[in-house]
Amino acid sequence: MKKLRSKIYFIIIMAFLYLPIIYLIAYSFNDGKTSVWKGFTFKWYEALFNDTQIMNSLYNTLIVAILASVIATVLGTLAAIGIYNFKGGVRSAIQNVSNIPIINPEIVTGVSLMLLFTFAGVMMGFEMGFWTVLLAHIGFCTPYVILNVTPRLRQMDNSLYEAALDLGCTPIQAFFKVVFHELLPGILSGFLISFTYSLDDFVITYFTRGSRFQTLPIQIYTMTHQRINPKANALSAIMFVVIIGILLISNFVSARKDKEAAR
Amino acid sequence: MKTKRPAIPYLGWMLVFTIVPLVMVVYYAFTDSKGHFSLESFRNASVYSEVFLYSLLIALISTAICLVLAYPLAFSISRCSQRAQSMIIMFLMVPMWMNFLLRIYAWVLILQNYGPLDMILNFFGVDITLIGNSGAVIVGMVYEFLPFMILPLHTVMSKIDRSWIEAAQDLGCNGFQIFRKIIFPLSIPGIISGVTMVFVPTASTFLVAQYLGGTQFMIGDVIERVFQSDHHTGSAIAVVLMVVILGFLVVMNRFGDEEAVG
Repeated sequence: MKKLRSKIYFIIIMAFLYLPIIYLIAYSFNDGKTSVWKGFTFKWYEALFNDTQIMNSLYNTLIVAILASVIATVLGTLAAIGIYNFKGGVRSAIQNVSNIPIINPEIVTGVSLMLLFTFAGVMMGFEMGFWTVLLAHIGFCTPYVILNVTPRLRQMDNSLYEAALDLGCTPIQAFFKVVFHELLPGILSGFLISFTYSLDDFVITYFTRGSRFQTLPIQIYTMTHQRINPKANALSAIMFVVIIGILLISNFVSARKDKEAAR
Repeated sequence: MKTKRPAIPYLGWMLVFTIVPLVMVVYYAFTDSKGHFSLESFRNASVYSEVFLYSLLIALISTAICLVLAYPLAFSISRCSQRAQSMIIMFLMVPMWMNFLLRIYAWVLILQNYGPLDMILNFFGVDITLIGNSGAVIVGMVYEFLPFMILPLHTVMSKIDRSWIEAAQDLGCNGFQIFRKIIFPLSIPGIISGVTMVFVPTASTFLVAQYLGGTQFMIGDVIERVFQSDHHTGSAIAVVLMVVILGFLVVMNRFGDEEAVG
């Protein structure tokens, strides 16, 4: 009885989470702009792929996400190692400052960077655009890399690194042969989190993009703000399929890894 | 590996891109357009104190609803098999990966006049406007942030050993006593992080109210609007928001620490 009740409850919550998305996707096939069903069509998908602005902003989003997550990963991994070697109070002070972009409301981070970039832009003669968005994204991604790498550092046995030095490695060699391998899982998850956050960011991009630079979330805003636009439905459907696809693949890969580990 | 040098680039980075921007916000908040010290911006910002309280209220209600909805769900998930748990968690995270504007847009479509819900209600003779009010904003917020409540609750609850519950049952506890003496105290860290993860973004978010709330804006929307014309007043509101959120985090942290000690 109790089991049944919690099952029903589970189904209700799942319906609450998924029905809006399913509704969104279903109406991407509607041959009309209102909620009246007027027959099946692919025309919104066609319109979506023929929209050069949207395709262009998809390209921008990917470029920013790749660059920001790669740079944030390098910067954050190095920072995590360096910060780890500070002592007590200084270390926690640095960590607290580093966590500001995570703790602070996004909108405050956004407007504060806008003030900085406008001011610097006036002083040095540039306008906000690709570069300022990239800098902003690196800024909010790096703390997540640090948060993911630091626990691995704590688990690492420092004598391994010293052993590598004793056996004749240069510090750089010892880093890549020993430390890097130990940290790799943390570095990877930091990279993935950075990549997804950068792909999806709206608020901070909104304030740092200037007037012309478009990313996909900004484009979604332009498409859906105070109007109904079935192209946004089509885009949702594609995003949903991509997300499910990535999840299934990653699940499949990890299941295979488990099997191999069991053998 | 005892060197601090690898941190140098990031220390410089934090100075330029974290500390300086915040100092600039504070500087703008406390100066007038000529750069003199002034509290004028805060006086201008006080016009929005009602919007501010409204935002906090919306955040409070949304957080409470999320907690009530998520708590029993997280518990029943935590009692499933390991495999089932990771499957369910994965399905809870899928909607989170959809762009947040598209998720809000979905609710615009659902709640709009002549939309599906409106039609169903009309069919039963109920004639109410579903969109353009605080209720719609709260629905949007709950939809947006419910997984952020479920996940931390599930994390702590999955660590509650089944044998503790069984022991309590053997010693004669009823369902409510088990909840009060075991499950609730052990889930407090999850409640704290869930409440934090829902309250902070709901209080400060922008656009949700613009999409679903009609003309009643929230503080995030106000900051955006004001910033378009007046950096000083906008900064003053941002400073107030930052202080309120920081205060909230400090209180939540203190609360968590006390629980851990007691």
